[in-house]
Amino acid sequence: MTKSILMTGVGGQGIILTAKILAEALVGCGYDVKMSEIHGMSQRGGTVNTQLKYGDRVYAPNIGLGEADIILAFEKAEALRALPYLKKGGRIVMDTREIYSMPVLLGQSEYPHDAHRVLNNVTGNVTLVPAGQIAEEMGNIKVQNICLLGALARLLELENIDWEALITRFVPAKLAELNISAFKRGYNQDYAL
Amino acid sequence: MQRVIMSGDEAVARGAWEAGVSVAAAYPGTPSTEILENISLYKDEIYCTWANNEKTATEIAIGASIGGVRALAAMKHVGMNVASDPIFSAAYTGVNAGLLIVSADDPGCHSSQNEQDNRLYAPHAKLGMLEPSDSQECKEFTKAAFELGEKFDLVMLLRMTTRVCHSKSVVELGERAGAPPVAYTSKPEKYAMLPVNARKRHVAVEQNLNRLKEYAYSSPLNRVEDNGSSIGVISSGISYMHAKEAFGDSVNYLKLGITYPISDRLVREFAAGLEKVYIIEEGEGYLESYVKALGIPCTGKEMLGCQGELDAHKIRQAFGLEAEPEIYEAGINAPPRPPVLCAGCPHRGFYYAMSVRKDKIIAVGDIGCYSLGVNAPFYGFDIGICMGSGFSIPIGLSKAAKLQGDKRKVFGILGDSTFYHSGFTSLLDAVHTCADVCLCVLDNSITAMTGHQENAGTQKDLMGYEVPAIDIVQMIYSTGIDKSRVKIVDPIDQEQMGAAIDEALETEGIFVIVAKRPCALLKEVIKANRGARCVIDQDKCRGCKACMKIACPAMAFENKKAIIADPASCTGCELCAQMCKFDAISRVEGGR
Repeated sequence: MTKSILMTGVGGQGIILTAKILAEALVGCGYDVKMSEIHGMSQRGGTVNTQLKYGDRVYAPNIGLGEADIILAFEKAEALRALPYLKKGGRIVMDTREIYSMPVLLGQSEYPHDAHRVLNNVTGNVTLVPAGQIAEEMGNIKVQNICLLGALARLLELENIDWEALITRFVPAKLAELNISAFKRGYNQDYAL
Repeated sequence: MQRVIMSGDEAVARGAWEAGVSVAAAYPGTPSTEILENISLYKDEIYCTWANNEKTATEIAIGASIGGVRALAAMKHVGMNVASDPIFSAAYTGVNAGLLIVSADDPGCHSSQNEQDNRLYAPHAKLGMLEPSDSQECKEFTKAAFELGEKFDLVMLLRMTTRVCHSKSVVELGERAGAPPVAYTSKPEKYAMLPVNARKRHVAVEQNLNRLKEYAYSSPLNRVEDNGSSIGVISSGISYMHAKEAFGDSVNYLKLGITYPISDRLVREFAAGLEKVYIIEEGEGYLESYVKALGIPCTGKEMLGCQGELDAHKIRQAFGLEAEPEIYEAGINAPPRPPVLCAGCPHRGFYYAMSVRKDKIIAVGDIGCYSLGVNAPFYGFDIGICMGSGFSIPIGLSKAAKLQGDKRKVFGILGDSTFYHSGFTSLLDAVHTCADVCLCVLDNSITAMTGHQENAGTQKDLMGYEVPAIDIVQMIYSTGIDKSRVKIVDPIDQEQMGAAIDEALETEGIFVIVAKRPCALLKEVIKANRGARCVIDQDKCRGCKACMKIACPAMAFENKKAIIADPASCTGCELCAQMCKFDAISRVEGGR
């Protein structure tokens, strides 16, 4: 059996790096892993989706509608946008951080402030991780991604992974310690909802 | 053996290195860009360069191949249209050392202007074609392409798609094999394509393709998977993975790695005795047409269509394998999130200045970051077709407008990299024909959209060496255009920018504007701007929203006041400050 994780958020949130670290961890566990990302136009403040599948043997790299076991959302509205990809009984792990898109800034669209509650009503399976808030408390919003990775790592119950070594390999040396702390905060967080 | 996780693009680069490639050239284009970026990691062994367009990239590779070293040219699908001129004739000459063209197609138009299926180029141009399905195959097929191309004297095409290029999967690494140079010898009868030689080479290339076709029958690059079913699936590339996902082991498979030429014998033997043959392919019905022409009944495109990306879900639906998957519905929609010009982007200043004079202008865009100016709130241009066309479409459009008594001036918009790519030749047409147009180069000193690749205007090359930068303004002057018809401005400075557009509107005939300011995301620019940002005095702000008209993603409007909502992304460019009539916005240094 393969497991599918859809990571979603906004360009610049470090989603692709997060998926890369997780993919390396899974390869280290001996899984077949495929990871699919769409970038290019989406770097300019658009939606970014990274899809990761692992198991004994993975064929297609992308996740279809109703196929994701877990949606890891870095931004509230993007969690809502990704909902059709969630498998029945699947789980949404999300930050409540809000990043307004241009149509919202221009007053052409409403921002769904209540999306996390709506998603929980519909799926009954939403876990809130205030990673953006934690990252801000830690003085660098950029570690939001690694904090979310910590929360996901605990959920996946992967064993025998040296997360600290992996994180150190992928982040700039001077930010390694901060990222490792962010990972631990995410891992040890008591979740809401 | 070392197992690592790699994207398809990285794996092609690794395969090129393992295959002993010595020369690689490309023009950047999603989803192919990372091939050359990763080849540059091997710059001590592989000379690699960003060419000015896909045609010159291909010709650089052709020269290296005829000269006797293995060479590669990589491009996105539409780039192959630009490169097709040398490709069609190089196919006749064949190779000395191996020559590989890599085409990265973009089904679904994730970052492209069309969904063309470049498999159709292989029979048209007479190229041997391989299609990898994952990163391991990207590496292995790259190596195989050089061996086959040299064995059968054919130019080879490695055809990839976005999901192969940008998906990561596990790859087993190998070592760099020696590919000793093949001596260059003068053979005009093989390499100088004058009619007398070309006629003979056409015969030769057909014979060589037939030899590859015979080889394809027993090649390990093609594979039959017999699951004892009465249904057979023929597929290739990423479509094979989608088919496996959808049908699992319930059908037999013919997985083709060599998709031109296709082994008739292999297809016939696979289909013999099957009750049904399905062709699972993304894009055009390329395999299907071939199989049908062999007289084998099969089904494919009538079920799957030729638009968009294929996935397992589409296949299951088309072939009745499952009911619609159960999907959660929230009852509310997420607001759209289109890509936007970054905070501090110089293009914003250009588009704002143009938007306030919009009733006097018809504008034509091109391919690059500045394409985003087409969106709200600037609606910066109406037409965008291909690289370089932003400077030549205006010539014809201005004639059409004039014939119909339309007094508006036609503007053309393209960037520095696009100017070098093919915009300059369009400029020559405009100057030489005294066209009544205003052509604007939005020069941000880098190939930005694909992630900051060096170009002819930068002082460094792909390998990091110092190179002479070629000055766009001098190129423009070299056409002999009167210097009074050329304005070089900072697009963020609205006084300068607006004055240049006004002058263009008042000037009959050709006018050129170079809007010059480096991309806000360039490392040097970020460093220079460190600590600088704009602040809005909340007491002075009257909430008139004038500053919101520039659509800067660092700003927001809350509690009836404008705020810098994302100070981390604000560069302090002060375009917003120029909008404010109440002096509420100022730039501060040393903040954060």
